[in-house]
Amino acid sequence: MQTHRAKRVEITIEAVMQSRLTDALTKAGVTGYTVLPVLGGAGKSGAWSRSGQVSRASGMVQVVCIIKPERLDDLLDGAFAVVERHIGVVSVSDCDVLRAERF
Amino acid sequence: MEQLLSLAAENLISPIILCFVLGVAAALARSDLSIPEAVAKGLSIYLLFAIGFKGGVSVAAHGIDATLGLALLAGVVLSAVLPLIAFALLRLMTQMNRLDAAAVAAHYGSISIVTFVAATSVLESSGVGYEGFMVAVAAAMEAPAILSALWLVAKGGSADGNKGMDSALLREIMLNGSIVLLVGSFVIGWATGEDGLAEISSFIVSPFKGVLCLFLLDMGLVAGRGLREGSKILRPAVLAFGVLMPLIGSAIGLGFAMALGLSSGGIALMMVLSASASYIAVPAAMRVALPEANPSLYLTLSLGVTFPFNLTLGIPLYVAVSQAVTGG
Repeated sequence: MQTHRAKRVEITIEAVMQSRLTDALTKAGVTGYTVLPVLGGAGKSGAWSRSGQVSRASGMVQVVCIIKPERLDDLLDGAFAVVERHIGVVSVSDCDVLRAERF
Repeated sequence: MEQLLSLAAENLISPIILCFVLGVAAALARSDLSIPEAVAKGLSIYLLFAIGFKGGVSVAAHGIDATLGLALLAGVVLSAVLPLIAFALLRLMTQMNRLDAAAVAAHYGSISIVTFVAATSVLESSGVGYEGFMVAVAAAMEAPAILSALWLVAKGGSADGNKGMDSALLREIMLNGSIVLLVGSFVIGWATGEDGLAEISSFIVSPFKGVLCLFLLDMGLVAGRGLREGSKILRPAVLAFGVLMPLIGSAIGLGFAMALGLSSGGIALMMVLSASASYIAVPAAMRVALPEANPSLYLTLSLGVTFPFNLTLGIPLYVAVSQAVTGG
């Protein structure tokens, strides 16, 4: 089957920053993304779990988007402006999609 | 003193407090007991709706007067001023840097609605009446403290890139779910009055304490986990601040409430609001506005120290003092 090269960007960020990030992605021309809840993990600040968090202040979400390679720089510029001062992990990987016109 | 001890003992063996203690003990013992996130959210929505609605009904029954407006103004002033006192105290008592001190201070100007709800439950159990509009005062005290903290940071000429308050943050604070639900249900209760309450009393009156028990069990679990994980940062001076600041806040709240001529219950609630520290709205705002501040510091202090203190010892103390000063 015919596939097309694309970029998959995963941004793990604090829940309170979610709307700011998705707004920035929209401004950067991203038309589709998926927001996933993050159950817990460990990093520079130590281990944490979603269980028992009393407010959104401590929660994390992951925003995943798949875009055409030529639009990656705009997306990363927009995302970086949001995550620069905050906890967040941005990763980019290559992927293949079946319907290129959707991304 | 005898009355204070009696009220404290009565409060300590109430199901509400014992559920909270169970939660703290379970968390400290590393039990896997947990309340599902969605259930906890549902319980908090129920409590906010019930307390807001009942407050509105009370205002409908007693009418409004100038005291309501003055109480709202007092709440705003208290919320704006208490962080300045907390900030000065933190800088004096601890070696906390300016940014962390400002972030912690914001929590102590804002309020804990769960502490407020627990206090109303204690008052109702003791048959002490209070002004229904105190719910609106609670809502008014959520946000000004955040502005004061950001002003403290800006005044210090922070070199850490603080952007302070923007319109999006202001909107999030003013329209956060808790405030919208609390104020909205207050207005509905006000508009529908006693008839409205009669229609839904089997839902919002009878189950109230049971729901509060479960919610406080969850809060105990959260506070216990916070204490366990935050124990490393709780140096004696920081710990002392977590107990001293609510006492200072409640004393200032007492002064404001007496100047307004509130009832015994109203004075107690104003003291509770001034003594409590936020752990929902302000932490979220601080993560957005001051991400460099240490969240474990302010969350552990407000949720792990001040909240349990207020719930177990503070509320009976404030109720006893309010009754002593009003002779009731």
